[in-house]
Parts: sequence; C-alpha cells; structure tokens
Amino acid sequence: MTFKRRHLLGLEDLNADELMNILETSKVFREVLDRPIKKVAPLRGLTVANLFFEPSTRTRVSFELAEKRLSADTVTFTAATSSVKKGETLKDTVRNLEAMKIDMVVIRHGSSGAPYFLTRFCSSSVINAGDGQHEHPTQGLLDMYTMWMKYQRIKGLRVVLMGDAKHSRVIRSNIWGLTKLGASVAVCGPPTLLPVGLEKLGVEVYTDVDKALDGADVVNVMRIQLERQQAGLLPSLREYTSLFGITRERLKRLNKNYTIMHPGPINRGIEMSDEIADCGESVILEQVTNGVAVRMAVLYLLAGGEGRKSDED
Amino acid sequence: MTEKDVSVLMDAKQIAHAISRIAHEILESLADDEELAVIGIRSNGDHLADRLVREIKHIEGRKVDVGYMDITLYRDDLLTNPEHPEIKATEILFPVDKKVVVLVDDVLFTGRTIRAALNQIPDYGRPKAVRLAVLIDRGGRELPIRADFVGKNIPTNPKDKVSVALAERGGEDSVILTHEKSAETKKRAARGRRK
Repeated sequence: MTFKRRHLLGLEDLNADELMNILETSKVFREVLDRPIKKVAPLRGLTVANLFFEPSTRTRVSFELAEKRLSADTVTFTAATSSVKKGETLKDTVRNLEAMKIDMVVIRHGSSGAPYFLTRFCSSSVINAGDGQHEHPTQGLLDMYTMWMKYQRIKGLRVVLMGDAKHSRVIRSNIWGLTKLGASVAVCGPPTLLPVGLEKLGVEVYTDVDKALDGADVVNVMRIQLERQQAGLLPSLREYTSLFGITRERLKRLNKNYTIMHPGPINRGIEMSDEIADCGESVILEQVTNGVAVRMAVLYLLAGGEGRKSDED
Repeated sequence: MTEKDVSVLMDAKQIAHAISRIAHEILESLADDEELAVIGIRSNGDHLADRLVREIKHIEGRKVDVGYMDITLYRDDLLTNPEHPEIKATEILFPVDKKVVVLVDDVLFTGRTIRAALNQIPDYGRPKAVRLAVLIDRGGRELPIRADFVGKNIPTNPKDKVSVALAERGGEDSVILTHEKSAETKKRAARGRRK
C-alpha cells in the first residue's frame, strides 16, 4: 500500500490502513536494528532538521538515531542554543533552514498546532515530535507497535491509559490510534486531570483505578508532571501515588498475560514502584528500542514515493 | 496499436531440471573446505532458494543455511520512484562470514536488483565469496553483473515481460514470455506472409 502523506502531524488524521502500514513497515526496520550493521541507505542525500523547542532526550536521540540509520544528514538544535533565544520567530527560523536546503523537519514545540503552522509555508515534510497538549504521534505509534508485537493484534485488546489525560499528548495519540485499530480503551486519572467530554472520543473514563484495571491486558502509565501539583490540580504526590500508583496488588486485576508500559521518563515511586517498573511484564525498554524502528518507518514513508511527488507537483 | 505474443519458456518439468542442474553445478564449484549458504531474493528467489537447498540436501545430504532477502531499502530509485514499494522482511539468521553465499533470483535483467543485494550482504558480515544463481537470464544488463549459474538464457527485448509463476505462490510452475509486437512488426509479418 502506498503511503500518500507528506506530513505526520497526529494520529487523529490517519485511518486504520495508514496506521497498519506504518506498523508493518516498522517491523522491517526493527529487524534492521538487530543486524550487525544497523544502517540502510534509503534517505541518503536527504537532510533532516530536528527542532526541539522543549527539553527532550529520549525523543530527540531516538529521531536522530532513526535518521542516521537511514543514512540521512541531520542537524539538531534545541531552544537553548537557537536564534529563538534572540527573538526570532518560528516561521523565520524554519524558512532560514529551508533556504539551506533541508528536506524534512522534526519539531517538538510547547504550543499545540506548531507543526501544523509550519506546513502552511514549509515545503519540507513536517513530523510532529510532540506539540503542547495536542499529540505525540510517534510515541502513540511505538506504544501501539509494542502491543501489536506482543499480542499479534490490537483489535480486542483492553488498554488502560493511566494519568493526566488533560495535558498528556501521549494519551491523546494513544486514544486516536488504538480506537481506530479496534482496541477497547479506558482512561483513568484524578477528576481534575480528566478533560470534560473525554467519553466522546470513544473511551471509558474512570477515576477508580481498581475498576479501570479490571480485565485489562495493557496498562500504559503516563508520567505525572510535578507542576500539576503546584497548579493545584493534585492535592499531593503522595495522595496520587496511593490512589493511582501501580502496585502488585492492583496488577492482580489485570488479565493473566498483562503488560506494563510507560513512555518515560518514570517518576519512580510515584506512578509505579521500582519493582513494577523493572518486572518481567514491563516492556518500558522495549518501547524505547521500538521507538527507533517506528521513527525510521515514519521517516521512510514520508520521505519518498508518491506523497512527496504529488504534493510538490 | 500493439499485439501480444505469449510463449511458454519453461514448464514445471523444465524448471525442476534447471534447479537440479544448478544444484549440481553449485556443489561442483565448491572446494571441500568451503561452507555454503543460500540467500533467495524476495519474491520468488526465496522459494527457488528453498528448492535449491532441498535439492542440494537430496544430492549430497549436505545441510545448507538458507536466508531470504528483501532489497527494497537498497534500491537506487527509492526517492524518485512514484510507487512506494512495500518492504518485506529480510531473514538471514546465520553468520555469513567466511561462507560461499549463493544469491538466488528468478529473472536476471538490468542487474540493479543484484546490485542492491550485493550492497546488503556486507551489512550481515563478510562472506568468502558471493555467487549468483538465476532461473532465467533475459539479457538487457545496465550494470556489469553476470550470473554464475543459469537455468535458461533467453535474449529478450526490453519491452518484453518475463513472468515466473511458482507453486509456492499459488500458481503452477511456469516461465512465460510476453512479447509486444508493434504495428510496424505486424505489418512486416503480414507482408512476409503475402510474399
């Protein structure tokens, strides 16, 4: 199946066939990562600019590795070292980069919609690496890929997304992707961190973690940002841990062959204990490895072929 | 206006004979201390590789490592081809170092597929030698590549189509040549008949 898109802005826009196309392609690149020489040449001659206006280690390194393993040339800059500090606008930054003949832009930005904004004047492919409270599509894809690899299916899985649904772009991407591929999705978190009308996205909403976990196959636990407590949305982290923290006792409610996921970085002892994070059912490090393969697949699919041609013609 | 001329280049029996002969030739070409591995290029080369390995085992009882390769990521037209090719898995689950690796494909034409396969092999190690076995060599090379073991040589026109059907893919074993006759050729043939 031909992938006809030029940008990846979120999973909300993609249909089930496109999602499966990315997952199938990721499988091929996962094999490349296990080879003695983990490098192939499909993006040779293309230049990718990684624009990280928010702090990130994992996603930035994962994208950089994915690009290098596809033989692309890469430039990376973070907000702290960019002209943004001198007051340059995002539009000017990207237009200057484009004048230096880049082909793809990977952008992480604190404002929702920043990647979409770029597509209005940018002739390069734009990949959203996390925008504000909107989406983090490659994290959603790698979460889905990890589940798909373990269970060989997404349809019919019961997945619980734990944490801050109001601010989490990962939860949003997980919801769009998983529901389109037929998983049954539940979201669980403190009432202050659950947006109104979440049910309309086709998910069950819980504030009682024990009820949410009943009969689930996967629990994908999100990081609680400490500033939420300062903003008054959480009474205390200790209370969050006691009400929503994942414990051995709570895991008994899950199905037998359960999986624990976390997009990282983990606040150990808050969202889950060390014992849970490092147990046999935890696939947290596998998610990190799969992240490189999924990003390679996304870059590959957006880089060439019909999508690029038809949009430029 | 074109007219198509379809002919059967090989039937099931001829394909089986060709595989058997190539298996014998491969074994004869090996020195006693040389270890053999066979890698089939998807799609079709993988099934032919399986058949070759079975035949080699049948002839000499020799166990041979067999792998399968998809060359998509090594193509030279990935960023220019309007069709985005589907990538299939590459499965080379053994070390290729110090082995004689026989690459297997169904049809050898421009040589670009083999060029891509040759670029991929070093990512898995350093074989002692790489040889090429093909069921059909139809000529028309665009790169300096030559097969070591050939089932059948058929010089063809670049516009001709050579299709290999194999039982493993739901068909009946056969190699079909489709030749497109141009209007001019058709007229010439008619004139010839009148004379």
